[in-house]
Amino acid sequence: MSRALLIGAVLSAVFVLAALVSFVWTPYDVLGLDIPNKLKAPSAAHLFGTDHFGRDIFSMIMVGARTSIAVAVVAVGIGMLLGVPLGLAAAARRGTLLDEVIMRGNDLVFAFPSLLIAIMITAVFGASAVNAIIAIGIFNIPVFARLVRGAALSLWTRDYVLAARVAGKGAARISFEHILPNLANLLIVQGTIQFSLGILAEAGLSYVGLGAQPPTPSWGRMLAESQTMFSFKPHLAVFPGLAILLTVLGLNLLGDGLRDALDPRLRRAKR
Amino acid sequence: MLGFVARRLVSLLVSLAVASVVIFLFVEVVPGDPAAYMLGLNAAEDTLAALREQLGLNGTLLERYLSWVGGMMQGDFGTSYTYRTPVSEMIGERMWISLPLAVYALTLSTLIAFPAGIWAASQRGRFGDLLVMGVTQLGVAIPNFWFAMLMVLLFAINLRWFSAGGFAGWEAGFGPAVKSLTLPAIALALPQASILARVMRSSLLDSLGEDYIRTARAKGLSRRQALRRHALRNALIPVLTIIGLQFSFLLAGAIIIENVFYLPGLGRLVFQSIAARDLIVVESVVMLLVFAVILVNFLVDLAYALVDPRLRVGA
Repeated sequence: MSRALLIGAVLSAVFVLAALVSFVWTPYDVLGLDIPNKLKAPSAAHLFGTDHFGRDIFSMIMVGARTSIAVAVVAVGIGMLLGVPLGLAAAARRGTLLDEVIMRGNDLVFAFPSLLIAIMITAVFGASAVNAIIAIGIFNIPVFARLVRGAALSLWTRDYVLAARVAGKGAARISFEHILPNLANLLIVQGTIQFSLGILAEAGLSYVGLGAQPPTPSWGRMLAESQTMFSFKPHLAVFPGLAILLTVLGLNLLGDGLRDALDPRLRRAKR
Repeated sequence: MLGFVARRLVSLLVSLAVASVVIFLFVEVVPGDPAAYMLGLNAAEDTLAALREQLGLNGTLLERYLSWVGGMMQGDFGTSYTYRTPVSEMIGERMWISLPLAVYALTLSTLIAFPAGIWAASQRGRFGDLLVMGVTQLGVAIPNFWFAMLMVLLFAINLRWFSAGGFAGWEAGFGPAVKSLTLPAIALALPQASILARVMRSSLLDSLGEDYIRTARAKGLSRRQALRRHALRNALIPVLTIIGLQFSFLLAGAIIIENVFYLPGLGRLVFQSIAARDLIVVESVVMLLVFAVILVNFLVDLAYALVDPRLRVGA
């Protein structure tokens, strides 16, 4: 196991574990206000200090991990569920009108940065975690569609696909039975990377108020709420930011490590 | 070359048309009456009727779309409901913050990424390479608005080198204006520079492995000369793509960074308009940003063709 993979796996595991444990236990109640203890610096009682309502920042970060994971996982799921079949279809019908329409549609979505999609959705339907998921999810669709199309195109030239065609299988069956299983590694690696991008995007959207709404704790909103106070209480901003940084870093290292581990050809070619 | 430009131009126009339809329909799906949505629950009937008239909501869907697009082509983006000023005027004012900010950030990103990427490639596997790869790994993972807050803490609050937010205004002179855009531009540039440096490095390593480099070396060029004269130019193609893509990220990313620094740019305008339910402004700003993204991608395609004549055929 490479060092990157190990560090990435550990960081990601800590983050997932924090989210899971938060369902049954957090050091303090994240919804309970404790005004006498507001804005306390980190101490033995409050590892990361308390915020302007006296809430324990460590507990809020644990619960915030839940929000980040939920948004990013569903957003990646949307991207895969819609993007993978589109990519498979485009590759199976390469050079046809269908292929052209799918790929140009991809280009179009790429012209709308996910933040703009989120802004449009929020302007019309209001801000919520669900709308953040949709915005990030839409942006993920072309990523997977393009990746799958490219990889599937080269698989279509393989002998086993030819054999399947000779056996009378249709394009849809070949795509799902022979092409898709061979793309699993690629999808795991890209899924990890999109997952980390999703966490960054969710943090950004909540920071500007377009993501999860109070009282649901979210890392981005913790940073937004610290905005007016972090100049004299830096701990308010330092810990949520570190949580985002370490999680994203962990997932990126995990993605890189998995790519090397799952695709030995790439490892050899890596410079 | 002319045929290539013509083909790209057609695809540019089609993209713009489709994007405008999507944005238009999006605002059209506002549940119920947009005028009622914008005015809230307690609006009087005659106020609603007046706003509907002003928004041109009385025509058919096609008429409304054509008048929106037709207006934009003549620089008329409609009138903001909350500010009661032409949207084009508001955008015009704010653009002089957002656009320079994006260009400033892109310049910084390129200025940092090129030397870093080239250095890493020439040091492959050694200290410089590991350093650049490590720092860029962090740069990719750091949320830029958090990095911005940390910079405010250090450079504005502790060292007092910069102001913590706000914009000096171009009328205050070039120096002060650029100074107030410096921290935001660095915050925007850092993640982009990290990505760009990595692309630059791997692209350079790819072209350093090509036969023509061996030929150049056999001719007696030093490794450094071969890198500068032959590898760099070929490595630039993927780098240009990323620079083009980054411009759109920078324009959109500026929306968040403007909030950290209280810069009165397009981003703040969008958020104020969302809060005020001023859909005309949101619609116009989003269309403008998408237009900018599509235009930049078009220009990048043209730049490719200039760098690499092979791309002019077919494509």
